[in-house]
Amino acid sequence: MDIRLDGISHSYDDFEVMRDISLDIPSGQIVCIVGPSGCGKSTLLRFIGGLERPRAGQVIQIGNPPQGCLNPLTYIFQDFALLPWRSVSGNISLVLEDHGIRGAAARQIIDDVLARTKLTDFAKALPKQLSGGMKQRVAIARALAVKPAVMLMDEPLSALDAQTRELLMDDLIDLWTRQPFTAVYVTHNLAEAVRLGHKVVVLSRRPGQIREIVEIDKPLPEREFGDPVLDQHQKHLWQLMRDEARAADAELIHG
Amino acid sequence: MVDASAPRETGSADHKAVAFRGGGFAPKPHRWVGFAVFVFLIAVAEWGTRAGWISPLTLPRPSDVLDTFRELYESGLLFKHLGPSLSRLVVGAAIGASVGISVGVLIGLFSYIRSGLVPVVAAIFPIPKIALLPLFVIWFGIGEGSKYALIAFGTFTPTVVATYGAVDNVDRTLIRMGQSFGLSWWSIVRKIVLPGAMPGILSGLRISLAIAIILLVAAEMLGAEYGIGAYILEAGSLYDLERLFAGVVILSLLGVIVSAVLGLIERRLLGWRT
Repeated sequence: MDIRLDGISHSYDDFEVMRDISLDIPSGQIVCIVGPSGCGKSTLLRFIGGLERPRAGQVIQIGNPPQGCLNPLTYIFQDFALLPWRSVSGNISLVLEDHGIRGAAARQIIDDVLARTKLTDFAKALPKQLSGGMKQRVAIARALAVKPAVMLMDEPLSALDAQTRELLMDDLIDLWTRQPFTAVYVTHNLAEAVRLGHKVVVLSRRPGQIREIVEIDKPLPEREFGDPVLDQHQKHLWQLMRDEARAADAELIHG
Repeated sequence: MVDASAPRETGSADHKAVAFRGGGFAPKPHRWVGFAVFVFLIAVAEWGTRAGWISPLTLPRPSDVLDTFRELYESGLLFKHLGPSLSRLVVGAAIGASVGISVGVLIGLFSYIRSGLVPVVAAIFPIPKIALLPLFVIWFGIGEGSKYALIAFGTFTPTVVATYGAVDNVDRTLIRMGQSFGLSWWSIVRKIVLPGAMPGILSGLRISLAIAIILLVAAEMLGAEYGIGAYILEAGSLYDLERLFAGVVILSLLGVIVSAVLGLIERRLLGWRT
């Protein structure tokens, strides 16, 4: 299943935040969206998953989600969004219950996704007992449980410290290598973008427009920390963004 | 370069320990202190009334109150008073709290209900419910109905306000998460909104149940033969301070028990809080 953004524009009252964004998200690829703060990256992601409606343009789903897919467009949030009163496995069963999956069937899915995210030993733990990295792994496991066609990742590693971020990037690459998934990955961290993205979409400052789409050919499993090719890409991206990031930083926040 | 192996000098003129200035602002529970304060206050009253520097007209002697209490217990009157009072309290508070929680959740979830009912609740909150007792007697009769109604009405308003505040405070990102996974509206309410609002609802219940106990006495002002409130009011009109205090102590104990039960429920239901 592919996703196509077709001429998306958006404004709050008469305040234009996004102008004519068209983009293809092909199946099996990770598309990273980067841009200065306030350029509408996260808003764009909410449009893709249908949590918000753009003023103009539309998000089109091409083809049908694969068999067994419970929730085609599934988010992973920056702040994890785990229910603090449910255990790790309870948080995952939450998203299965509404599809009528309970008991042994649910048990099987939960065990599988926990094993894939290396959380098997923590099934009964409460979120408050887990570190940030573990919480995000639970959120990833929860997303995997509904077998999504496209994962919509909203700054998933931004709330974590640098070391945990490296570890989780490795985990994401592992997951993708074993079973390629489609993802839209919003981040302000260029290192994450060049590490995980098949395509990196650079948005301009408000009103957000696509400035450039950088394709990175190197296969995901071969990308490593401090890779010179990736560093080159990262430098290029930073040059594209630098002036806008500075201008965005000096701007008053629109209340 | 700092030489880590250099001997540490302390105590010389230019070496000073940094003064501690953190700490405080973090109250911790010390159970026995509360108990000690009670014992101290009662001991002072006992000593004062025995020594004569507190006249028996101002304050009854604690040991006399205890005697009255024992008499009450031995004559069987205690349970004759406690039974009807407890049933009034339980029925009235249960009606008031459950209607209050339901209305509060509705106000928290629907814009029209919110716009329509918040002003109404604000209007009835400050009415002293005791003033409405005659009205309740006309509506529900002089029997138990008017007593239930008074207590229910008194617990309703604070419960509503606490509940919709608690629903407002449920983390919106959790609700968005539920929507993004395609959970039904009812599932989101049941599995995300209600548990998320539970801490606020329970702390609201602490206040509403204390108000219910206060109103119990008011409810028994009219046409109640038995009941803690009736007992206190009768003692009060006779200026029988020992009996008055025995009744007041029962109400206090009731309050302590209710609060302890709520604490138990909180610990069971809210163990997930950090």
